[in-house]
Amino acid sequence: MDKNLLIGLIPLLPLIGFLITGIGRNVLPKGVAATIACGTILASFIISFIMFRMVVANGAINATYFPFIELQTFQLAFEFKIDQLTSLFLLVITGIGFLIHVYSASYMHEENAKDFSKYFSYLNLFVFSMLLLVMGGNFVVMFIGWEGVGLCSYLLIGYWYKNQDYTSAAKKAFVMNRIGDLGFLLAIFWFIAKVGSVNFDVVFSAESIKLLSTTDITGITLLLFVGATGKSAQLPLYTWLPDAMAGPTPVSALIHAATMVTAGIYMIARSNVLFSMAPITMHVILIIGMATMLLAASIALKQNDIKKVLAYSTVSQLGYMFIALGVGAYTAAVFHVITHAFFKALLFLGSGSVIHAMGGEQDMRNMGGLKRYMAITHLTMLIGCLAIAGMPPFAGFFSKDEILANAYAASPVFWSLGVLGAMMTAFYMFRLYAMTFHGSFRGTEDQQKHLHESPMAITLPLMILAILSIVGGFIGIPEVFAHGAHWLSSFLQPVFAPSAPFIAKHTISHNTEYILMAISVGLALTAIIIAWNKYKNWSKQSDIPNTGIGKVLENKWYVDELYQNIIIKPVNSIAKLFNNVIESKAIDGMVNGIGSLVHYGSRQLRWLQSGQVGAYVLLMVIGILAFFIIQLFL
Amino acid sequence: MLGTYFTFPELLIWLPLVAGIAAFFMKNARVVKTWSLIAVLGVLAVSLIGLCYADGNAYPTYNQVSYYWLKYLGNSFHLNLNKTGHLLSLLTALGFLFIFLYSWKEEREKPHAFYGLMLLAQAGIMGVFSAVDALVFYFFWELALIPVYFLCSFWGGEKRIQTTFKFFIYTFVGSLLMLTGILYIYYHTQGRVFSDGTQAAHSFALNAFQYANLTPAEQGCLFWLFLAAFGVKMPIFPLHTWQPGTYDQSPTPVTMVLSGLMVKMGLFGLIRWLLPVLPEASAKYADIVIGLSVFGIIYASLIALVQDNLKKLVAYSSIAHIGLMAAALFARNDLSINGAILQMFNHGINIIGLWIIIGIIERKTGTKKISALGGLATKAPTLTIFMVVIALANIALPLTNAFVGEFMMFSGLFIYSKWFAAVAGIGIILAAAYTLNMIRNVFYGNVKPAVEGVTDIVFHEKLVLAIIVIVVLVMGVYPQPIIDFINNTPARP
Repeated sequence: MDKNLLIGLIPLLPLIGFLITGIGRNVLPKGVAATIACGTILASFIISFIMFRMVVANGAINATYFPFIELQTFQLAFEFKIDQLTSLFLLVITGIGFLIHVYSASYMHEENAKDFSKYFSYLNLFVFSMLLLVMGGNFVVMFIGWEGVGLCSYLLIGYWYKNQDYTSAAKKAFVMNRIGDLGFLLAIFWFIAKVGSVNFDVVFSAESIKLLSTTDITGITLLLFVGATGKSAQLPLYTWLPDAMAGPTPVSALIHAATMVTAGIYMIARSNVLFSMAPITMHVILIIGMATMLLAASIALKQNDIKKVLAYSTVSQLGYMFIALGVGAYTAAVFHVITHAFFKALLFLGSGSVIHAMGGEQDMRNMGGLKRYMAITHLTMLIGCLAIAGMPPFAGFFSKDEILANAYAASPVFWSLGVLGAMMTAFYMFRLYAMTFHGSFRGTEDQQKHLHESPMAITLPLMILAILSIVGGFIGIPEVFAHGAHWLSSFLQPVFAPSAPFIAKHTISHNTEYILMAISVGLALTAIIIAWNKYKNWSKQSDIPNTGIGKVLENKWYVDELYQNIIIKPVNSIAKLFNNVIESKAIDGMVNGIGSLVHYGSRQLRWLQSGQVGAYVLLMVIGILAFFIIQLFL
Repeated sequence: MLGTYFTFPELLIWLPLVAGIAAFFMKNARVVKTWSLIAVLGVLAVSLIGLCYADGNAYPTYNQVSYYWLKYLGNSFHLNLNKTGHLLSLLTALGFLFIFLYSWKEEREKPHAFYGLMLLAQAGIMGVFSAVDALVFYFFWELALIPVYFLCSFWGGEKRIQTTFKFFIYTFVGSLLMLTGILYIYYHTQGRVFSDGTQAAHSFALNAFQYANLTPAEQGCLFWLFLAAFGVKMPIFPLHTWQPGTYDQSPTPVTMVLSGLMVKMGLFGLIRWLLPVLPEASAKYADIVIGLSVFGIIYASLIALVQDNLKKLVAYSSIAHIGLMAAALFARNDLSINGAILQMFNHGINIIGLWIIIGIIERKTGTKKISALGGLATKAPTLTIFMVVIALANIALPLTNAFVGEFMMFSGLFIYSKWFAAVAGIGIILAAAYTLNMIRNVFYGNVKPAVEGVTDIVFHEKLVLAIIVIVVLVMGVYPQPIIDFINNTPARP
């Protein structure tokens, strides 16, 4: 088959799925809609796998389709580029996307057929956009996907549109993303102004980079990073992500954990050459990543909503990825994207299974002892918790360790903060685990009667993701364990090679690395044990109101309130000032003044005044004609 | 026959003019509606055929015509439809089709006068897009406006007289200033000899205007005279305050004509008259005009954020969008000007779509207050889907038509100045905020009392909205043919 067509089919199939389920939502039975939606993603996954094999064998593939915006001075085509980095993301997006589609078919079965089809059409549209984002061969195609995923996120967060809180969360997500998007757009314009192109191969080439001054590079990379903070929920634009949990749980798993939020990491990894040449930007990324990681982890310690814990955990893990990017460890960042996709999708889907069994309850204070009722969910969630806590040999251990080792090479301070974050992660995850699955059941009797293990369509994806969370880390076995066993690093080498000359190489001895590993695992284990002891028999009696720092954490550091007071309220006040004072009093006042003057004048000329605008028009025309007649005789 | 007896600009003007005059003599509402619909379909057909013969070099006789008219003044009835003119004529033809389709079932007093005036306005707009003689341009400029004054003052809302008066004062002052400018330039043009030997001391022709003998100081003054007329029409901040009230008080079809089509007259005036005739002054004052436009974007977007009146919200949103087009035109580079021309077309389509939906909402619920609305998605799901797509186009989401235009304009503006582009960019954040706020409050949430009895849209409404959505998406995914069309310089190798 033609290569371009095959590549094109990867995003096209989900798009077709979207169109069929979207247009046919009033007629399609649930089974058909689900089959179409899942089938298209599965087909995309299979093609992605074929592409992956081709990339492994032959390297990057480019495909150009049609001109998008072309003038004499500027050329922009609709084009795809599939290299090593993209091929990995394709597998993750379509693979995990498929599992979540299957899961959704069961999870959403109580919706009526129309909403069910609508849900799947949005989900397919999301996968389509996400695929465009990672397949784009230039920044504009990437941006099309970038805004597309934002749109789908908006539609899916507000899926239950009758609830005003949900639609408000959806709007917040979109607008905050837009703030980031503006940064991204300005970076694109900067490329156009300086390089005259947005094609990756062109802008990252040595000739183009020569056209950019240091200021240009710093400016562009900072603006791109602003874009990344929006989509990947970093300070100061992270507050939309926890609110995004208003969407159905599989959506949280797919969009707000496994795929969309990693777009910022993908974008920076894609532009690694430029970022490596901008030390200021790298420092900014490191600091923002570190601050976000710690802030979000600390908030997660005190949340009681199971999805909120996972949401803040996601923000915090994304912070780790940015730390990796900030120290130039691009492979480690991508590695953590992949392992995180496995275990965070698992954790969200597991929590969905729990919420499903609890009849929609999300407050962990009303759960407890679910282990007895849901064996598979319990076991797979445990695996997910161990993986995210960084316990060997689970997936999270390898990727987190690689980030920490790189952070240590940059500075031991970064490493210690990273370990502090890892301890908090281990603590809040096992707090979640213990409160949900252990102790006695604290819900209502109705809920207790209803408790059951979820059906196969839900548990099967959980099991597959659990296996991936166990073995996923083996694609990047560190150098200290076995020489040359880091498959991911050698696979991605062609993508990140151009930036290598600009990144200071620190190596740490094998002994040091073993010690660091032992300390971080040891501390995380300690945190697990503390959490376990504190929460394994948690009961509502032991729930004392938080005071001091605990209260601050429970209220998320009051960041939302802060934004409300320093941004939203002032903007509204200015808007009201413009509307009520300047618009109606100042400008219009002046105009009306002139208007009443004319009124006054015409009152004096009573014989002309008929009150009809038509008369004025007539007079004007007569006046103009008179003017010309006079001109004739002059 | 074409080229010998008729040219495209003539057909585009005469068809609606004659049809409009004929409409005045029809008494039956049904007949006059059908007649008008047939007339605009005819105009659309001419316009579409015209696109195939739009190349002025290959088909000079099809697009250009000149009659003697006031020869001794150096004036001739000279029309020449260029590529931009063709595109905007297509927009005008499409726009009127949408408007007449939308109002197919609407009952109003004196339908014959209403439709007659509407068609006269169409003729005037077509004339503005094709005139290359300053006096003819001025003639059509007024011909387009006069029917609108009558339409607003007779069929408008409660405060129609007051609003129309303001609209009238604004536009007429602007027009007269322009007329002063035209006459001033006229007296500084070279003489002209007509083919029958008539000699005139001066000339009203566009190409004579371009070579008028003007000092830089004169150019500077003239610049502001012309900008007053075009700036009121677009509008540019702070000449905009007639607009929200007029859009609010006019009958919805007239609002569509004003916002979708007539604002393009101002922008077109910039492209065809102001920038070429006064190039030095345009360059000199570009910063000021762009500054005003960019400030206007933020200003209007912020006001849109706190509007409770749906119609005024769209009006302010439109002021912001037009502000970007004005800024892009004054940035005067390849990307920005082509982007602005493309966006003139796109904006017309999108805003007519928005007005159609708002008109439907107002008719069904009897209110245009956002705070009184809510839950429409439950009652009218099809309408909601159309609204969401058109709203997304309004905020220039990629793969909608507006993204392409805005992307080009912003790129061009950025090339002109980073800072103007960055500040104008805040407008796209605000646009998302006010548009999605409106969607949330009007369509989502629980059904409010005003929305209780609402039913979903019917066939002719679905038809017109479906056409608009298709144009939005096609132009968003594959805009290159249109970009090639408006890009006047020779085709690439």
